Amino acid sequence: MLNSSKVVGLPLSRIDGPLKVTGRAKYAAEHFGPGMLQGYVLFSTIATGRIAEIDTSEAERFPGVVKVYTHENRPPAAKKDEQWKDEVAVPGHPFRPLENDRVLYDGQPIALVVADSFEAARDATSIIRVRYEAGEPHTDLKREQDNSYVPPVPRDKQMAPPPPRGNPEGAFAQAPHQISATYSLEGEYHNPMELFGTTVIFGQDGELTIYDKSQGSQNSHDTVCKIFGLDPEKVVAHNEFVGGAFGSGLRPKYQLFFAVMASLDMKRSVKVEMSRREMFYLTWRPTSIQNLSLAADAEGRLQSVMHHAMHATSQYEDYQENVANWSGLLYKCDNVKITYEITKLDVSTPGDMRAPGAATGVTALETAMDELAYEVGLDPVELRIRNFIHRDQNQDKEITSKALHACYREGAARFGWSERVMQPRSMRDGNDLVGWGMATGVWEAQLSPAEARVRLSSDGKVVVSAAASDIGTGTYTILGQIGADAFDLPLHAVSVKIGQSTLPKTAVQGGSWTAASSGSAVQVASRMVIATLLRHAQKMENSPLAKATEEQVEVADGRLVLEANHQVGVAISDIMDAAGVTFIEENGKVEPDPSIQKKFSAYTHSGVFVEVKVDEELCRPRVTRVVIAVAAGKILNPKTARSQILGGVVMGLGMALYEEGLADHRIGRIMNPNIAEYHVPAHADVEDIEVIFIEEDDDKASPIGVKGLGEIGIVGVAAAVSNAIFHATGSRIRSFPITLDKILADNLLESETVQ
Amino acid sequence: MRQFSYSRAETVSDAVAALASNPEAQLLAGGTNLVDLMKYNVTRPGAIVDINRLPLKEIEDLPNGGLRIGALASNSAVAYDPRVQERYPLLSSAVLAGASAQLRNAATTGGNILQRTRCYYFYDPSTPCNKREPGSGCGAIGGVNRIQAILGASDKCIAVHPSDMCVALAALDAVVEVEGPDGKRDIPFTEFHRLPGDRPESDNTMARGEMVTAIRLEGNHFASHYTYLKLRDRLSYAFALVSVAAAMEVSSDGAIVDLRVALGGVAHKPWRDKLAEAEFAGQPANEETFRQVARRLLAGAKGQGENDFKIPLAERSIIRALKQAASGRPQDQSVKAIQ
Ligand SMILES: Cc1cc2nc3c(=O)[nH]c(=O)nc-3n(C[C@H](O)[C@H](O)[C@H](O)COP(=O)(O)OP(=O)(O)OC[C@H]3O[C@@H](n4cnc5c(N)ncnc54)[C@H](O)[C@@H]3O)c2cc1C
Ligand code: SF4
Repeated sequence: MLNSSKVVGLPLSRIDGPLKVTGRAKYAAEHFGPGMLQGYVLFSTIATGRIAEIDTSEAERFPGVVKVYTHENRPPAAKKDEQWKDEVAVPGHPFRPLENDRVLYDGQPIALVVADSFEAARDATSIIRVRYEAGEPHTDLKREQDNSYVPPVPRDKQMAPPPPRGNPEGAFAQAPHQISATYSLEGEYHNPMELFGTTVIFGQDGELTIYDKSQGSQNSHDTVCKIFGLDPEKVVAHNEFVGGAFGSGLRPKYQLFFAVMASLDMKRSVKVEMSRREMFYLTWRPTSIQNLSLAADAEGRLQSVMHHAMHATSQYEDYQENVANWSGLLYKCDNVKITYEITKLDVSTPGDMRAPGAATGVTALETAMDELAYEVGLDPVELRIRNFIHRDQNQDKEITSKALHACYREGAARFGWSERVMQPRSMRDGNDLVGWGMATGVWEAQLSPAEARVRLSSDGKVVVSAAASDIGTGTYTILGQIGADAFDLPLHAVSVKIGQSTLPKTAVQGGSWTAASSGSAVQVASRMVIATLLRHAQKMENSPLAKATEEQVEVADGRLVLEANHQVGVAISDIMDAAGVTFIEENGKVEPDPSIQKKFSAYTHSGVFVEVKVDEELCRPRVTRVVIAVAAGKILNPKTARSQILGGVVMGLGMALYEEGLADHRIGRIMNPNIAEYHVPAHADVEDIEVIFIEEDDDKASPIGVKGLGEIGIVGVAAAVSNAIFHATGSRIRSFPITLDKILADNLLESETVQ
Repeated sequence: MRQFSYSRAETVSDAVAALASNPEAQLLAGGTNLVDLMKYNVTRPGAIVDINRLPLKEIEDLPNGGLRIGALASNSAVAYDPRVQERYPLLSSAVLAGASAQLRNAATTGGNILQRTRCYYFYDPSTPCNKREPGSGCGAIGGVNRIQAILGASDKCIAVHPSDMCVALAALDAVVEVEGPDGKRDIPFTEFHRLPGDRPESDNTMARGEMVTAIRLEGNHFASHYTYLKLRDRLSYAFALVSVAAAMEVSSDGAIVDLRVALGGVAHKPWRDKLAEAEFAGQPANEETFRQVARRLLAGAKGQGENDFKIPLAERSIIRALKQAASGRPQDQSVKAIQ
């Protein structure tokens, strides 16, 4: 655990903030090399089939164009799937750009134009002539759902459903209260502010310096080294600044491959940037269809939970996420059956998007719980409290901490939930029907193996470094805070170096594990530095610390002192002078503790309370208030933590009401691939969001008691909104996003229905 | 984006000459629509004629109490002009319901009228579109058509005109002043845009070489009984699913004297039916009448499947808008609730 905390726990502004707001923070595509070339990608305009002919002659003659790559002239690359698999690859055959004439999805890259300017490269792609032999696209999940299957190779063990328990069918049939419904969510597309881009600087001896938009510089580094058979020592990958990613940057994207390929081929520096439109051809949250059946006894105690989840994947990979297991975990129930399948479509491989799986599955579960609350006639919060369990029934383990009761209590109090009238359509404000809905959120608290280096100089300054990323989460700041407290320094005396593949090993930033993992590694490395200091101090003549143990000392005010008595100690500068060193540097490492893992599982939780107002006649919904109470262990920095939750909630509003890739299944294409027509919440759509943190003392989730906050903010939000819409209007809309036409359709008078 | 020549016109006649002499030339005003269309390869002008230096930014008083709005007056300048706010608040309100503050600062009056449809297929050159490429077919029919027309569509094109401002201008019986190689002429606003018919490639009735120089507002101001009501998928920065510009004059005994209803988001042009409006003169300004107005206006409405909902939505919106107008309590665009 973190002991003294003077800096940790303060609501401090980001230390990288000034660089970002003054434009000095350079993003991947903002780096330049001498004589640098620019690449631009041409996409397929069919969703399945093959390229019969691709004529690049005119493009090659276009002023400024240096080279055009297609499957006919692509330089060789790795032959085996294994070599193409990145750190977070999913089962299947990773996509290999320009590998052959096959088209597997609309928007697949089929040519790369490299030119001396971005404009020339882009213009030239428009004069490449392609003749296709097109097949019939299959992109409609509803129509293809009969072809769904259980993924033969699980992405990881956690994602496979737990074995069924009890007698779910029998218990369902006998229970006095039952609900059974189907929920569907449209595909969602990542649109972080920064587009994907890669700059490769080709060095004099052929070494490559790569700036890649990614959630892990080492993943980018290792992947290109494998694909192109490069000497890992001669490649450095950077991602010092990342303009948002939310999971889209976990797996390397094709622009990294292209930039490196062209750079190696031409021995020049090359940059490849994506356009906004390409965001709709990448990692996306898959369209899903879920069936849920819940049954309860007369008091609302769950008797049976059956959750079947199914979502889309590509033809070439089996993308998987944990959609449904939450239903066997969140509430007490002895009769549970969870099934999970995926369906192949002619689409690009879906991928992780903020709270992958949970955001989808908990939306269905928590809407179903609301339906059950009405079936039983019980307040939705009360129903959840009656089914509370402090144990992970899926894995039959203890839970490290679960302050969910407090989330409900505090959230409901701040929201004013006790004023709620249970009956739908019973609250109004002028022309608006008012609805209050709530939901529970849950996400796993993970610790991933991580290393960090801490260097303490004789002048008292500290440098913390790790290959970790800061995708907008505040990693720079919290690692600095942990370093500052370890050495009793103000935050500005600590510099933080992250975002480079040469730094101590760190997993990609995802799953909300960075703060817990890298934070703990910094803590460990700091303690190691202090231990080394102590050893040096003990070699000094008449050392006052001669008998002290590592556990008994700490740094205070520039001195190594006894924790119990700060009078006893030695100045750090004196210790280093005596030892003849100017700095001490140690590498710390953390990994999950198997003895804890065997007995415990760890989760973050939330209670989300939402108010909506829906115009009674025009059926237009808007969210007017959100209160979210989050239990996520120790909060290192309430300011950056709050920002994480705010962002998650806003994305949840997008899932609830706005975000939807509009597909034309005749051609297998998303027709609204830009942020004018693909709607995310605008400022006007976001009103008061109040974030409450319920601190938990948890020394098992991670060594520093942190559980992570990146995902929990979105989980449950869409369900709370849909539940509020039900409460307002009496219409239960089970298809997301809930656009006004869906509410209207449920409220048409007979005279209004369209024949 | 293809290569093109760029020139700046210093006078209206320069611009007209440049347009008339080169069929590949296009005018650049705020650029908020044209540049996007060029980036998407939807339009490939060989020559860009920048008209931003033309002296068309003014909003002038007309002797009869009307206003002449220069084609280059920005959407924001129009919306916040005190004379517009006082005399033609319907226009101000409609402009403020459109786009975002940043876009309104850049967008011009002429450009707004001449903005192209937002039909997804029009924007995607790899799909058929009769408007983009005459004779290639219409991708939207049988495709993603949630945003498309319910009135006045043809089997060649089912697109809608996306402007908010134009819906108010249609209701207010504005006049478009154009200038071309053959001199100046006036086009009544309701005759400026056209229905797609067999020639969806032409959005309006301007002749080649003509440009818009101003909008004239002269008729009834409807400053006390008006509203602009816009229904969209989010509260800002989204095009109308359905919008209604409503204005009326009501006699002291509560009867309709003059009624105007223009609809946005439902047709290839701001939709007005003057004959239908006239039928309601003398009727009491109450909900029952408004329902009949809505039914009458939508009598010929036809959905495309995904957009069927626009018919009941339009009906309910018209009724609500007329209630707002009749009560003298127009929709305040800064209020999120529908009033
Ligand atoms: C994301 C987004 C959201 C938007 N939302 C809305 C909305 O909700 N409601 C709404 O009403 N609008 C909306 N708009 C559209 C916006 O109002 C128009 O883009 C803008 O009004 C166009 O004006 P401009 O001066 O920039 O035109 P430009 O882009 O410069 O020109 C548009 C067209 O008009 C022609 N043109 C310009 N001036 C003249 C002239 N004087 N005579 C003849 N031809 C001329 C040009 O050649 C070009 O073909 C939105 C736009 C965007 C990009
Ligand atoms: S509706 Fe009109 S603009 Fe849209 S695809 Fe059809 S022809 Fe083109």
